Amino acid sequence: MSKYGEKNIRAYGNNFTTMTPGPVAKWLRTCLIFQAIRFVIINIKMLVVVSKSH
Amino acid sequence: MARLVVLGGGVSGHTAATFAAEWLGSAHEVVVVTPNAKWNWIPSNIWVGVGQMTKEEVTFDLAPVYAKAGIIYHQAKALGIHPEGNETSDKPYVVVESTEAGKAGQIENIEYDYLINATGPKLNFAATPGLGDANGLGEFTVSVCTADHAVHANEELHKCIEKMKKGERQKFLIGTGHGMCTCQGAAFEYIFNIEHELNKAGVRDMADIKWISNESFLGDFGVGGLHMKAMGFAVSSKIFAESLFAERNVDWIIGAHVNKVEKGKVHYELLDGSMGEEEFDFSMLIPPFAGVGLKAINKAGEDITATIFAPNGFMKVDANYAAGAYENWKASDWPSTYQNPTYGNVFACGIAFAPPHPISKPMSSPNGTPINPTPPRTGMPSGIMGKAVAHSVCDRILKGPDAPLHEASMAHMGAACVASAGKGLFTGTAAAMTIYPVVPDFEKYPGTGRDTEYTFGEIGLAGHWIKHILHHLFIWKAKLKPGWTLIPE
Repeated sequence: MSKYGEKNIRAYGNNFTTMTPGPVAKWLRTCLIFQAIRFVIINIKMLVVVSKSH
Repeated sequence: MARLVVLGGGVSGHTAATFAAEWLGSAHEVVVVTPNAKWNWIPSNIWVGVGQMTKEEVTFDLAPVYAKAGIIYHQAKALGIHPEGNETSDKPYVVVESTEAGKAGQIENIEYDYLINATGPKLNFAATPGLGDANGLGEFTVSVCTADHAVHANEELHKCIEKMKKGERQKFLIGTGHGMCTCQGAAFEYIFNIEHELNKAGVRDMADIKWISNESFLGDFGVGGLHMKAMGFAVSSKIFAESLFAERNVDWIIGAHVNKVEKGKVHYELLDGSMGEEEFDFSMLIPPFAGVGLKAINKAGEDITATIFAPNGFMKVDANYAAGAYENWKASDWPSTYQNPTYGNVFACGIAFAPPHPISKPMSSPNGTPINPTPPRTGMPSGIMGKAVAHSVCDRILKGPDAPLHEASMAHMGAACVASAGKGLFTGTAAAMTIYPVVPDFEKYPGTGRDTEYTFGEIGLAGHWIKHILHHLFIWKAKLKPGWTLIPE
């Protein structure tokens, strides 16, 4: 899992200069507790953007 | 009694018509002219295109909704505008042609006091030979621009999955089908949904997936890219997008103008002037957009289309169309009231208004071929400007013709965007993004052009849940169910 994204990088290919997620970043994407918190935060941020747009 | 005619029943037109009907009440008329019998929540077409939703889940019949709202509904396509009336009457009117079963082809004139042009785009498949027929159901490629297109795309996708299950390797090519396309975001979401479905089907290792687009860098999205707050950095969307592609082992071709499509092969020209070919077994290429081809005629019967519409067929509004070169562009070039400069009782919103210029820096190949994204104006901005225009028209009807107009410039407006990858509540992930403002303002926000406090992006289940909620929320709102006016655009 630690090499999840790295294995796709090709030296001097299109994707050589980008970043790939490590195992913690990958795990956090589907961690229910962390995502529930992010859900609240993202919703608040989106509502602020919506309110600034009207 | 005044009559407002709204051309188009998409996100912008439907928002404008329903709010106008709510605010005007029965004392005035709101008329909607749209060739479609059904309303379509287009963002969810992506899920239809991979078989995770049905056409019925993303569409509903317009007639009962408009009947409930007291809106007069014509299932017809607009052909022309006569903003000065004709030789026998000073009353402006639009000419429409019915698309309703049993009445198809019948021509009718509908008079108006105020007109909102929210027709959306013509899907200009013809701009690229071989990209698709007039209905978009091309022989060689598929599309997800309409629910029917998405159903067709899903059928073709599953043919490929069956082939892969039998051991036949397949090449997928997703992106934009012309150098002047917009809506890269839809193709972006579709490519990752395909990748997700192939993983689910256990055939990902049998697929080569490639992106092709007219963006000069990955993550341009037609808005010149964006910088978003992440890990204490203001990170370019180029890094964000490239990371997603690298992680999912999807290769890309950018700065590409697809100039011809054949069976199993596209031909393209790159920004450096070189020509290339790419083979595919399955390809979804977004077509470029154009105006729907409305004609404008003055009282004397003379064609004044060029006065009201830009050459691309979109309607001129209060934008600065003389900004010139990229170096001269300003956020203030973008329209705020969407009022036509020639006829004050005519407005255009959503995709139907003519933008002053692209948002992304214009580029062309050494051969002179323009290759750059055209500006997106769908989704949230489309709804916000539809509501603002409806507000302006209602004020002018109810308070008098000098009532001030409401403003909704894309240079002062943000947008929220969620690009899913999969549909499962616990297995899918999505990229949730906000951008503020949509049009960068380099005078107000030097450097990035945007407020990085409100421009962010992240990947995870949370965004995915939001995508699900937005699907149900906006269909609820569009059906005018209880509390619909409280749901923001």
